[in-house]
Amino acid sequence: MTRECSLLLPRVCAALADPRQPGSDDTCLEKLLDWFRDLTQFDPTVNLLQDNPCLMEFIASMLALPEPSASILSFTLRLAGILAASENRFQHLQQEKLLVRLFGRDGPLNSAVWEDASVRSGWVEGVHSMMHHQPALHFLCNGGGIDVIFTLQGDPSLFVASAASQLLVHMLTLSVESETTKPLSTKDCDWPACAQMIIKRIEDSLQSSSASHIEQSLKLLTSLFGSCRATWTEVLWLGIAKQIESFLTEETVQAQHMLANLLLNMAWSPVFCDTEGSFWALVTSALEHLTPVQAGPLAVGILRLYKCPQDVRIQALTVLLQPMDCILRAASQPLEYAGLLDESVSDPVTVENLLSSKSSCASLLCQTLAHLEELLSLIRLPVDLPYTSLLRFLMTILQFCNGFLSPASPLGSTISRILINCFRVQRSALDVLAALSERKGCDTLIGSLFDVLLAYLESPNTSPTVLKKTFQATSKWLVRLQELSCSNSQWQQTEKILQDVFLVLQKRLCSPCWEVRDSSLEFLTVLIKCLRDQDEFRQSLLSSEVPRLTENLLEDPESYVRASAVTAVGHLAFITYFAPESPVIGNQYNKENTVAKLQEILSTDPEGFPRRAVISIFTKWLRQGCTGQLEDTEKFVSRVIQTVEHDLDWEVRLGGLELVEVFCSQTICQLGLPKCPYAPVSSAVTSSIHQNESLQIFCRAKLFSFLFRSLCDCDKPVGQRACDILLGLRGNFYPISTLKDSQGTEDSPAGHGIAWLQRTLRQGSLAQNFPTDGGNGVDFQDPESMMLALGTIDLEELHDELNKSSDHVEKSPQSLLQDILATVGTIEENEADCY
Amino acid sequence: FFQYCLSGHPTLPCNVLKFKSTTIMLDCGLDMTSTLNFLPLPLVQSPRLSKLPGWVLKDGSTFLDKELKECSGHVFVDSVPEFCLPETELLDLSTVDVILISNYHCMMALPYITEYTGFTGTVYATEPTVQIGRLLMEELVNSIERVPKAQSASMWKNKEVQRLLPAPLKDAVEVSMWRKCYTMPEVNAALSKIQLVGYSQKIELFGAVQVTPLSSGYALGSSNWIIQSHYEKVSYVSGSSLLTTHPQPMDQASLKNSDVLILTGLTQIPTANPDGMVGEFCSNLAMTVRNGGNVLVPCYPSGVIYDLLECLYQYIDSAGLSNVPFYFISPVANSSLEFSQIFAEWLCHNKQTKVYLPEPPFPHAELIQTNKLKHYPSIHGDFSNDFKQPCVVFTGHPSLRFGDVVHFMELWGKSSLNTVIFTGNAENQPNISVIHHTLLFQPLHVVCPEQYTQPPPTQSHRTDLMIDCQPPPMSYRRAEVLTLPYKRRYEKIEIMPELADSLVPLEIKPGISLATVSAVLHTKDNKHVLQLPPKPPQPAASKKRKRVSDDVPECKPLKPLLSGSIPVDQFVQTLEKHGFSDVKVEDTAKGHIVLLQEAETLIQIEEDSTHIICDNDEPLRVKLRDLVLKFLQKF
Repeated sequence: MTRECSLLLPRVCAALADPRQPGSDDTCLEKLLDWFRDLTQFDPTVNLLQDNPCLMEFIASMLALPEPSASILSFTLRLAGILAASENRFQHLQQEKLLVRLFGRDGPLNSAVWEDASVRSGWVEGVHSMMHHQPALHFLCNGGGIDVIFTLQGDPSLFVASAASQLLVHMLTLSVESETTKPLSTKDCDWPACAQMIIKRIEDSLQSSSASHIEQSLKLLTSLFGSCRATWTEVLWLGIAKQIESFLTEETVQAQHMLANLLLNMAWSPVFCDTEGSFWALVTSALEHLTPVQAGPLAVGILRLYKCPQDVRIQALTVLLQPMDCILRAASQPLEYAGLLDESVSDPVTVENLLSSKSSCASLLCQTLAHLEELLSLIRLPVDLPYTSLLRFLMTILQFCNGFLSPASPLGSTISRILINCFRVQRSALDVLAALSERKGCDTLIGSLFDVLLAYLESPNTSPTVLKKTFQATSKWLVRLQELSCSNSQWQQTEKILQDVFLVLQKRLCSPCWEVRDSSLEFLTVLIKCLRDQDEFRQSLLSSEVPRLTENLLEDPESYVRASAVTAVGHLAFITYFAPESPVIGNQYNKENTVAKLQEILSTDPEGFPRRAVISIFTKWLRQGCTGQLEDTEKFVSRVIQTVEHDLDWEVRLGGLELVEVFCSQTICQLGLPKCPYAPVSSAVTSSIHQNESLQIFCRAKLFSFLFRSLCDCDKPVGQRACDILLGLRGNFYPISTLKDSQGTEDSPAGHGIAWLQRTLRQGSLAQNFPTDGGNGVDFQDPESMMLALGTIDLEELHDELNKSSDHVEKSPQSLLQDILATVGTIEENEADCY
Repeated sequence: FFQYCLSGHPTLPCNVLKFKSTTIMLDCGLDMTSTLNFLPLPLVQSPRLSKLPGWVLKDGSTFLDKELKECSGHVFVDSVPEFCLPETELLDLSTVDVILISNYHCMMALPYITEYTGFTGTVYATEPTVQIGRLLMEELVNSIERVPKAQSASMWKNKEVQRLLPAPLKDAVEVSMWRKCYTMPEVNAALSKIQLVGYSQKIELFGAVQVTPLSSGYALGSSNWIIQSHYEKVSYVSGSSLLTTHPQPMDQASLKNSDVLILTGLTQIPTANPDGMVGEFCSNLAMTVRNGGNVLVPCYPSGVIYDLLECLYQYIDSAGLSNVPFYFISPVANSSLEFSQIFAEWLCHNKQTKVYLPEPPFPHAELIQTNKLKHYPSIHGDFSNDFKQPCVVFTGHPSLRFGDVVHFMELWGKSSLNTVIFTGNAENQPNISVIHHTLLFQPLHVVCPEQYTQPPPTQSHRTDLMIDCQPPPMSYRRAEVLTLPYKRRYEKIEIMPELADSLVPLEIKPGISLATVSAVLHTKDNKHVLQLPPKPPQPAASKKRKRVSDDVPECKPLKPLLSGSIPVDQFVQTLEKHGFSDVKVEDTAKGHIVLLQEAETLIQIEEDSTHIICDNDEPLRVKLRDLVLKFLQKF
């Protein structure tokens, strides 16, 4: 603690303890606690308390108040807990009986303020903080604190209840791990006293008939098994396993819904998953007895496990895939996975009933679909899913939802009636469909899959959000289709599908709904990104009306659509103008027109999104070397940065800097500076000429004025980026050893200007005082001056300055203490504080 | 309760309801699908149509080749188009008392009914219905009359001949009843029989029933009708829509508690998500025009077109179509666009409020002002000077058999750049979902065309698009007479105050009092009134002037009425007290028989009658009668 802080602290404590003062800001109190936590974390000594007697005085004075404010009392409890976290300070506080008075029977616990949830929460947190040593444990157990915590598990405030439960887990672990002398075993379980008390309470409440008590204990066990993987947990489990097993079969207690999480946490613990027999039998029983909705999360959790008996895995898979099975049966689809599902574990009738009810059908399907998506998102799956059936299932659901399937069975027609136009299910199914495209083995169905997808793309009944998901799934499967047709040469099918897709895309690009136009353009961009190397794709695209309609949308009234159109046109250019054998398409936009059009958007569009899109497309073009020879590129970059320099949107300016960065590294690379690892090694002489040449290019392109001005940009990321680029340039032009001393450069006229620049940059006022006409002696287009500037200006210092967070001054503990004093209004010399 | 079903077409209904003593026709829709069997009527000589080959029978006989022409594998009648009228033979239509019209599309057969059948009653409809209906009829008559056709085909209608024809001509119903279009004088005569009504106005029909039109949300002035008497309520739901477009929203609350709900005028088109369809309309339109093609929208001159123009108004600028001309061609285009702006009270709330602002309720006025929308009475004249392509044309008739649309079909039909967009079901067409909504009002019985009880033929699995209610709906088809499943039980009778004053109620059970009434039931105009009976004739003051009043029946003094039941045990005891010793009681299905064996007498006691059967022993009968009466209350 600094001297300033220790001087301020007594006054802060006095102010906080003063009941006449208005309550202090909660965030200030939180920050204060954080500070104390930092102070005490690595220092178990009593120095803090001895050096700052005001702390104990503060606690004592709070205890003396007849009606303390709830928030300050809560703060006091938590502070005392933090202080008592070390055994030494605990004893020190106990000497004054402060802890007993705060946390014991006669403390706030039995006063009227206990009604306030923040006080109860403070009490629990305080106890939790101090619970790091045996004296604290005994202090609490002997003082009857365990009872209080158990009661608080049922607290009306969920924060308090959850914190109480966590506290019990913590205490149990601490007790077992710090007080056991010999390892516990099933035969001889000699629990330490405190653990014994807690376990007894857990066992009692599990055997009680109160649903809420059972629920609390199950929660406690769930978080215990989730956080503690020690072997003694098994000993504990053996004592309660029978009881918990009975919850699965007995209808009297409604605790089933809690069991899935408990079992899942146990399954992840090596203590249980390695065991043979009883635990997995219980999991099997749970899969069997829980309702499909309750068992779903358990099943998917089990399927993610690598250490799991094969039969349990199949049972979990059965639970998860039961709805799929039911849907496929309802649609009279052939089942191709005979023997995969274990019918004994889950009753198909239950699932059928759920799926034929209007209230549960959609939610069960959505849950199943979400679980499938979760599994498919894993890179390595411990289990093989029946991908073909899964795809058939998804297609069936999608066809039910748009009314394209006429099921023969009564169950099918019931489900079809429920699912028609159900957007929720459509969206989930399309998500899974997109995820499924990465998996092999469903290729035989790909033709009919595109029938379904195209029906969705074409139907006027497809809602915009569903359409967007359809586009996503379609793009993924088109990529898959392309891979397939490469291997099996079924070009005709691919070509036909691509034609159909572009036909429907044409229509969607003309939709009156802007969301639809927007997602159509995004879809097109994704397709070009993934497939632009494929000849059939390019041909189908260019022979459709899509490119022309896309360019039309550069003038869309909706700015998001314009932005997406810019991106799409930018990507389209890769296969039209920039492709080696670019087939010229007859329309108003040729390469020059398109560049000019995008330039126009960049300089005149009233909205930020299209301008951002333009600058990022320009950068992309530059990166891919599409902007022509170096000379053209120089002009191009120069034009662009002069446009974005004054843009009001900082992201556009940042995009401009990115463009500059790419340009610099490309130029330097092309001219062969050592910066580029692939460049041929050049002699010192040619290197210096090239240095000059690239420096001259940069000056001609007016890069430096943009970069230096950006250093003082009002938006920090812009300044940081500019500084990084300048540092990079300096690294290229000056080997470390040759850096000039900033002293003594002021002799030359250029030196004067640079000194001014250095000063102005330090003040951060370059943006306001920017020399427009070479005033102040800085010529940003003069290579010599710029070389000098790069060498002299302390860019590192600027870099550090820019990287400091904006509240670095206000974040200090001293400032925090001053703030608290300021808000309580007792500090007069600090009236002019910026807050 | 009878319903005569004169039309089988669910969206062009015509039914007659016999209810109490009235005969009410509900709508008279004209089935114009018959015209699809005829060749189009081109406005200018069409070489393509005139060169079509005549149709030759399989056996090579060519006697029909003047009447029937073959085109793309289909056979068409080369004659003036004819319409399929509602059934006229099922009942004598001159007995129809009133015709209730629900919307302007459902009145197109009106001249055939009012001018051809001896109809003498009244027609009720709202003002916009009549005005727009007149426009539709005018357009129809105009578009057929301006292309006179010399030839009229009738040979093919011969039943023997019709059997030999290919489908769909072979299966066309009642071809002998098909009629040519009516004339303008007939239209005017028919419309003159219409009496204008407003929403929720109560109209008394002969004192027997009251009819009330309610807003149905489908079109300007469209209505559903409530037909009710004191104890019965029939709701007639025709073209209705729950969507919020330009008309006043549907009045649903008043349809509650119906005894019978008759549902018609609704489509079962499943993909009628209106936003999606409008999006589809706009996308296809824009795509065609951008590709350099023309768009033809066959439509009626009123209704959906207002909504489409409104959507386009919002869309064309954003889609960069501001320079594309929109043409609306109809003999009544001008009147239609202007009428729509003046029916403020019939518009939805949103549009009504615009009446108080300096802007018209519909934005098509602005489209016209800015020259984006141009309207013409026909393709001749100004239009041919202004015509610029690519363009969008709205014109009639949607059947594509007559009207200016025929010209554009001939003109643009060959190029695949051009598009025809049919909008009949696009937007505001009443949909079956209304039915599901309406059924929430839990009517006792539902009556509907048989089509509604099955999924649409093209999508047999869409069971969600059929009516499913308990008890199952009664379905009807053309030329069927239904006895509606509702029995009338009560009739309301008024009682005159003086008469009521004279009644003396007697409480026979707690809360239930009875009184005898002697009165004269006076029935006139289906109203029933109980009046004081005439005073018993005074002893004649002057014998000379004695006159028997003929119409008032003579009143006899009344016997008292009896009530209560006879407890058999006590009755037997009483008989024994009075000296009947050999009393025997037998139980029967309806009560008891008390036998007095000695006197050879039977006393039959049943729930609502007691008979004493004895052999000419009047004193005994009287004695027994008095004993029985002791147990009963008199009043």
